[in-house]
Amino acid sequence: MENRELICIGCPMGCMMTVTLEDGRVTAVTGNTCKRGDDYARKEVTNPTRIVTSSVLVEGGELPVVSVKTREDIPKGKIPETMEALKAVCVQAPVHIGDVVLINVAGTGVDMVATKNVQAAAGR
Amino acid sequence: MKYDVIIIGAGVTGSAVARELSRYRLKVAVLEKEEDVCSETSKANSGIAHAGFDAECGTLMAKLNVEGNQMMEALSKELDFPFRRNGSLVLCFSQEDRPKLQSLYDRGVKNGVQELRILEREEVRAMEPNISDEVVAALYAPTGGIVCPFGLTIALAENACVNGVEFYFNTQVTDIRREGEGFKVFAGEEAYETRFVVNAAGVYADVFHNMVSANKIHITPRKGEYCLLDKTTGEFVSHTIFQLPGKYGKGVLVTPTVHGNTLVGPTAYDIEEKEGTNTTQAGLSEVREKAARSVKNLPMNQVITSFAGLRAHEDGGEFIIGEPEDARGFIDCAGIESPGLTSAPAVGKMVAGIISEQLNPEINPNFNGTRKGILNPAALSREERAALIKEKPAYGTIVCRCEMITEGEIIDAVTRPLGAKSLDGVKRRTRAGMGRCQSGFCSPRTMEIIARERNIPMEQVTKSGGGSNIIMGTNKDRL
Amino acid sequence: MKQYDIVIIGGGPAGLAAALEAKKSGAEDILILERDRELGGILNQCIHNGFGLHTFKEELTGPEYAARFIGQVEQERIEYLLNTMVMDISPEKVVTAMNREEGLFEIQARAVILAMGCRERSRGALNIPGYRPAGIFSAGTAQRLVNMEGFLPGREVVILGSGDIGLIMARRMTLEGAKVKVVAELLPYSGGLKRNIVQCLNDYGIPLKLSHTVVDIQGRDRVSGVTLAKVDENRKPIPGTEEFYSCDTLLLSCGLIPENELSRGMGVVMNPVTSGPVVNESLETNIPGVFACGNVLHVHDLVDFVSQEAASAGRHAAAYVAAEKRTQVGTEPGQQSGSSITIKPQGGVRYTVPSTIRPQRMEEEQILRFRVGDVYKNCYISMYLNGERLAHRKRPVMAPGEMEELKLKKEQLLDCPAGSELIVTIEEA
Repeated sequence: MENRELICIGCPMGCMMTVTLEDGRVTAVTGNTCKRGDDYARKEVTNPTRIVTSSVLVEGGELPVVSVKTREDIPKGKIPETMEALKAVCVQAPVHIGDVVLINVAGTGVDMVATKNVQAAAGR
Repeated sequence: MKYDVIIIGAGVTGSAVARELSRYRLKVAVLEKEEDVCSETSKANSGIAHAGFDAECGTLMAKLNVEGNQMMEALSKELDFPFRRNGSLVLCFSQEDRPKLQSLYDRGVKNGVQELRILEREEVRAMEPNISDEVVAALYAPTGGIVCPFGLTIALAENACVNGVEFYFNTQVTDIRREGEGFKVFAGEEAYETRFVVNAAGVYADVFHNMVSANKIHITPRKGEYCLLDKTTGEFVSHTIFQLPGKYGKGVLVTPTVHGNTLVGPTAYDIEEKEGTNTTQAGLSEVREKAARSVKNLPMNQVITSFAGLRAHEDGGEFIIGEPEDARGFIDCAGIESPGLTSAPAVGKMVAGIISEQLNPEINPNFNGTRKGILNPAALSREERAALIKEKPAYGTIVCRCEMITEGEIIDAVTRPLGAKSLDGVKRRTRAGMGRCQSGFCSPRTMEIIARERNIPMEQVTKSGGGSNIIMGTNKDRL
Repeated sequence: MKQYDIVIIGGGPAGLAAALEAKKSGAEDILILERDRELGGILNQCIHNGFGLHTFKEELTGPEYAARFIGQVEQERIEYLLNTMVMDISPEKVVTAMNREEGLFEIQARAVILAMGCRERSRGALNIPGYRPAGIFSAGTAQRLVNMEGFLPGREVVILGSGDIGLIMARRMTLEGAKVKVVAELLPYSGGLKRNIVQCLNDYGIPLKLSHTVVDIQGRDRVSGVTLAKVDENRKPIPGTEEFYSCDTLLLSCGLIPENELSRGMGVVMNPVTSGPVVNESLETNIPGVFACGNVLHVHDLVDFVSQEAASAGRHAAAYVAAEKRTQVGTEPGQQSGSSITIKPQGGVRYTVPSTIRPQRMEEEQILRFRVGDVYKNCYISMYLNGERLAHRKRPVMAPGEMEELKLKKEQLLDCPAGSELIVTIEEA
């Protein structure tokens, strides 16, 4: 049996919750005041995921970088690998919101997409 | 390299001496350890053109103060820097202190300060509505003024440079040796041969003096901390308000600045560290408390920055200007503490006099004593401003939104003689970054302009030279 | 002189939403003046996700949220000028602006919407003692450098202030290769969202030190370290608790201040609590036809609420213009609208926006936004109209970092006499 402490992110209350795990399965959530806390706690201890946002270089654009995100959330543990993968990415302007800048980032099955429009620089 | 005069230090004193010497056909160089002029004591002070009632009668301080004060107005027109004779008041808070006020008046008169008057409480109040209720009388000196310390120093240096004086920055003097009639001045590997040395090294002036003279001097850095208030407080006081030293010790001043801020300070603490320009919790609280004695309801929530400066206090408490008996050709400008800024033009003249008397140099036929400062578009009429933007569109882009400084002014600051190389250099020349957001919004833009105009990568742009780089790398470069 | 029905000062989230809603409400000649190179304002540098849950029912990044509004502005063919600084606005609503192409120019507006946003509190305003080396940034400046220019402002970072921008930057700097050593917060609680504390700090093992502040900054050229100390209940550092952190960067995330220099210059009356204009139900200032919305009015936590508030300002501005066109010259449309109710914040409620309501002019439902001065748990938020309780709502928790709102119905206020008073207060359970 293992106990893990969590702060609920559902609302400003920030309930301190304790999740009890047995063989990787949640057996109890305590300290939460509502259902949302329970749901969050179960997900967070078994399969925590995050949307990762960053920026990558743009060539020939009117801005030097373009912001990007994982189209969906990815496993938390994959974040470092995702950042490492972005290091080598450089896209050509113009870039549009939703353009894929990196397919299947870090083997997550999720694509990295642009979150900003960057026009090509004038005169290029 | 052979010079007639090597000046150590590009503060206000060194710059004033350089400019006076540029009137002659002399080979003059200024060696400055920092990356820009006006980087130490000259940049962090009260910005006051003192009337001259403070210094003891008969001292060099008294004489040069009054002279410097009298020169300032004409100089400000010749060299185009901000100066205003706003008048100063020394507040007296108790009847028992009145004799002290009277003796200050007497001393001022003896020193040659014009138009001094002692005012009663009601007169003071009429002049300054926010003055403390405890004030019983005040010494009024209409000749007291305020000056932009950067504006003055940069103007003197720029004009000296245009008239032929060489400036070497990032050049720290490490040794001075007697060589025949003159000296050899070392800055690391570099050596400069010279007939004269002018020691205008501020808090380091004792170090250089003691290299060449057996009659040792000793300078203590005397730290003064200040708070600068937003321009919204610009009309809080209109005169420079001093406090008569009393049972609460030496007071602090409250003054408008030439740019419309309110400045309060300084404290006065002797320290060991010659680079100890850090502010302290105790110092800033002291400024706050003492200023509250002079004025009511000073809006200290409007403070936009605080800073500390070091005055070069010599043990004798007097300016030491001239050649030590055992070191002819070495001219000290040591112990230049307050009223050093005010006195600078007079010090420059005096030192140039000592040198010209001995060298009898020819007049520099190309000397041009006037200089145009950075164009301030806000001072133009609408039509003039429109025409300016048409001709130079960079004047149509505001970079610093707090002080409303345009790209055109920043380009001017970077590209003119002895131009700005860093964010602080731009700030002191244009005020970009000196406003209420303290460069939060404009620094990335100003960095871009500096990088572009100086043709350097962004990573090399610094706050104030040396290792003060602003950017440490690019994203993910260490991943 | 050019003439526009509505001139909007600022093309950030507030200005964009105000413009769109004004257009929808029938206003025709609308002009947005933006000082930066693009529309979208500060959203352009907020590349993290979490925007738009209320407005679009999906989670967007800042630039995406901005792009939705910018797209609509383009579609509606609303005019805007970029790189254009407003220099001055006269009480007669003559806007003086400047840019490279047109130089200095004037525009006569029938209505003006102030949407200039806010700035960050600087190191100087915080009175942090120490040296003044390179490496001290407001969190927003660092955010711009990292997110829009691709530069890393530092490698070893201490952050003062646990507001959302500070927390977000802790994560951003970490992901981009910096080491964030600690986040210090002066108050005994964080002003940031719980979600940001978990996902920006805890995820990366960054400690949060509550009731701590920076008492010294070391380094002559570049920051070489800062000293943190614990503070007592009066927020004064406790001697003996100092702890040195070596670092090359100090980020400050210590509060935002509405940028009202233009408003003050034209004579708009300010609320000292918000540092924003005093407004009525129409988000109209003391100058008829001059409206305010977004962070220039009061600092918001969520952009969705900025958009909502700005839309309201846009509607009212459009109505003002329409009324003015009907009456043409002469009477000020703002003046002829019956009695006005004064709203009095009390007992822990620091302020309300709006601060007066003219029932005749209010929409069917009026949102009252406010902040509380401390953390309150299991309390009630109550409204009293001339002593009579209008609302009594239980709130499990309220904190200064979270904007609160109440809704008022027109019918509740319509019949109240002149000089009425509406009290908003916190009550113990």
